[in-house]
Amino acid sequence: MAVPILKQGPFLIASIQAALTDTDVLQLRDDVMSQVTRHRSRGIIVDVTALDVMDSFVSRSLRGIAMMTRLRGAETVIVGIQPEVAFAMVQLGMNFEDVQTALDLEEGLALLQAQEGPTDGAS
Amino acid sequence: MPPESEERIAIESDNDVVTARQRARELAAKVDLTSTDQTLLATAISEVARNITTYATRGEVLLSIVRDNGGREGIRVVARDQGPGIADVDLAMQDGYTSGGGLGLGLPGARRLVDEFDIETAPAAGTTVTLVKWSRAR
Repeated sequence: MAVPILKQGPFLIASIQAALTDTDVLQLRDDVMSQVTRHRSRGIIVDVTALDVMDSFVSRSLRGIAMMTRLRGAETVIVGIQPEVAFAMVQLGMNFEDVQTALDLEEGLALLQAQEGPTDGAS
Repeated sequence: MPPESEERIAIESDNDVVTARQRARELAAKVDLTSTDQTLLATAISEVARNITTYATRGEVLLSIVRDNGGREGIRVVARDQGPGIADVDLAMQDGYTSGGGLGLGLPGARRLVDEFDIETAPAAGTTVTLVKWSRAR
């Protein structure tokens, strides 16, 4: 099932709706990369609230998306990792240290906006 | 103890990996595995089932409810294939070792997520991984 990606200002929001197969994950990676280019996005939020499992493949792929988009000048924030999923990822031994995370969509957007610095209209 | 009502899931595509862990979760709820333990088990299944699609192309996952002498219930998972097998199991069980381009967390990671872990393999003889997660409820 394809993951819908919405454009919100300078950011993209990818909301995962259901369990992902490996094929879905690779599709998401390709879609995010092409949309970042098309919209000249400066940040991406990947919402994983709906995922009840993040195994090594999914974790590695999301980390890959974060690394790739950073090379294109856009920061990725993974939001909504469930408590049990976080526990399993640590037990599994996943290293997610270089990936930005936030509690939920709202916190993720706040994080990206803060990194954008003061907006032009602020004065 | 012979397992009751064994459920078999053929593993041939990445879709089957998702099916296997969802079925395991349904079964785990029957033996009152906590939500966290269900997630740990489902993650471990994902790792061993993916090893089947990555290295052996096809195989199967067998799920069953097991009971120990004290009446404690748990879920047993057998993931087996007729694939190439593993030449050096000790190496494959080390964190960070991979021959498949992954992170090398699959087998050692799966072992950390469950209560019992066993692997039988030999070159050209396929691989059978057995996992058990016990319920903490009595």
